[in-house]
Amino acid sequence: MTRSSFEDDTSPGPIPACAGVGLRATHYRDVLENSPDMGWFEVHPENYMGDGGPPHRYLTAIRERYPLSMHGVGLSIAGQERPDPAHLQRLRELLHRYEPGLFSEHLAWSSAGTQFLNDLLPVPYDDGTLARVVEHIDAVQSFLGRQLLLENPATYLRFSDDVLTEIEFLGTVAQRSGCGLLLDVNNVHVSAVNHGFDAANYIDSFPVGHVGEIHIAGHTTDEGESSATLLIDSHNRRVAEPVWQLLARALARTGPLPVLVEWDSELPAWEVLADEARRADELLAGLHDFSSGELALAH
Amino acid sequence: MRTEWQNDFAAALRNPDATLPPGIRDGRGAPRARRFAVYRNNHFVSLIDALADAYPVVQRLVGDEFFRAMAKVFVATNAPRSPVMLEYGAGFAEFLDEFEPVAQLPYLADVARLEWAWLSSYHAADADGIDATSLTVLLPTQVDVLQLQFHPAAQLVCSRWPILSIWEANVVDEGDGQIKPDAGPESVLLNRPRESVDVRRLPPGGGAFIQQLMNGLNLAAAAALATKARSDFDLPGNLQGLLESGAVIGFSVPGNGATRENCDTGV
Repeated sequence: MTRSSFEDDTSPGPIPACAGVGLRATHYRDVLENSPDMGWFEVHPENYMGDGGPPHRYLTAIRERYPLSMHGVGLSIAGQERPDPAHLQRLRELLHRYEPGLFSEHLAWSSAGTQFLNDLLPVPYDDGTLARVVEHIDAVQSFLGRQLLLENPATYLRFSDDVLTEIEFLGTVAQRSGCGLLLDVNNVHVSAVNHGFDAANYIDSFPVGHVGEIHIAGHTTDEGESSATLLIDSHNRRVAEPVWQLLARALARTGPLPVLVEWDSELPAWEVLADEARRADELLAGLHDFSSGELALAH
Repeated sequence: MRTEWQNDFAAALRNPDATLPPGIRDGRGAPRARRFAVYRNNHFVSLIDALADAYPVVQRLVGDEFFRAMAKVFVATNAPRSPVMLEYGAGFAEFLDEFEPVAQLPYLADVARLEWAWLSSYHAADADGIDATSLTVLLPTQVDVLQLQFHPAAQLVCSRWPILSIWEANVVDEGDGQIKPDAGPESVLLNRPRESVDVRRLPPGGGAFIQQLMNGLNLAAAAALATKARSDFDLPGNLQGLLESGAVIGFSVPGNGATRENCDTGV
């Protein structure tokens, strides 16, 4: 499938170029009872793959009031096997039911044979992996009938077979498959520290023309490693200062885009999450004031 | 790299004693073993957390530390088969049946069955129950051969142990934690008629009665078996309780055409 086949896609409930937050069950009541001023919400579709019950009732009520995005964690896009048809079918039904404005997944694998490993595992950046990822994304976009945004991963390992940089890999995948990219700025920082590359350089050379969404999140420092800092992409705290700086740097290149605050464990009070979103919105507002739409035309 | 390298990676991920998979590099200032351990840890901890979320009462009964060690044994032998994590942990009760270190807590596996039934009911499809007046149109001979259609959220758990009393005493932050394992058997019917899961203790013979109805037996046959199990089985009382629970969504009278199905909610 080519890029042009998605350009006329008028997704219902488009995601605005402002801050949103990841929605977890803990905050359903805060959202539904107080209708807070929040640009949009993002959920993991896998959490809504039960047949019925309260999760669907809450999500339906929230979808009626806010734009919604879906961020998958189970497709195993970079897996050795083609994406599971049963999982694709469940996804298609959810996308049809909730009509999210954006749909994204990860450059990672999580299934091998009949096992689901429940983690986003790394791949070598070589030609074989590239061909397979493009083929899988093509199959997914054809089956779902919509564009997928592919997220750059946070990694702890690299492979001796790497022949491309992560940026070359992602850019080529986007070009060949017609998928968009989700730039996770926290993942850039985590991987940069773990592998010793320059995060600012990474942001500066990222193929921003393909980016449709940005993620930020908190990370932790692994204490077990004394010889070098190891960062873990834990999504369990506030966004770190270096990540805010990288976000500003990224937005200066991309122009206004939807920015999501992810927080998936050790969940905070709603106000804390809303406060993180407010800070992202301030960055975005500064961008509007500063460049008055000029950057928005850049892609 | 050959295509199947992910099998080696996955096998090493799931076995803490395995050698590292081929092809991975040392990280900056850190050996690759340390880096690989992050993924191994993510795998086990996330799955243990999923079990802890699904089985809070079992966790409270055995304590956090013991639960996590026990869950790790389950995870090591039971990888998820699907990315839908709300399905993970389905075989935990059967695992506890055979898990030697909890043999002195013979009620534990049935408490796990009750917790899994609760989750299944929570995520089941929506439907509307019928009420007792729906049956008043039937002749007595028709009532005898009545077959009932159950709500997708209806779950039955029968135990030799007082599992609901144990559950009630240990629902986190609510119960007093006291349990009396010798208080006798309990059968429990769960259903989710509206927002929340309804959990009810069944009267004598109620478990056998509902089990037979769920198996497709007609009312008279199910009542006869329930009476055989418990001579004090009270048919009108049990039937009324069952209908009140909203667990019946339709019925049929074979060979008569008198049917009423109440599942017009797109389920």
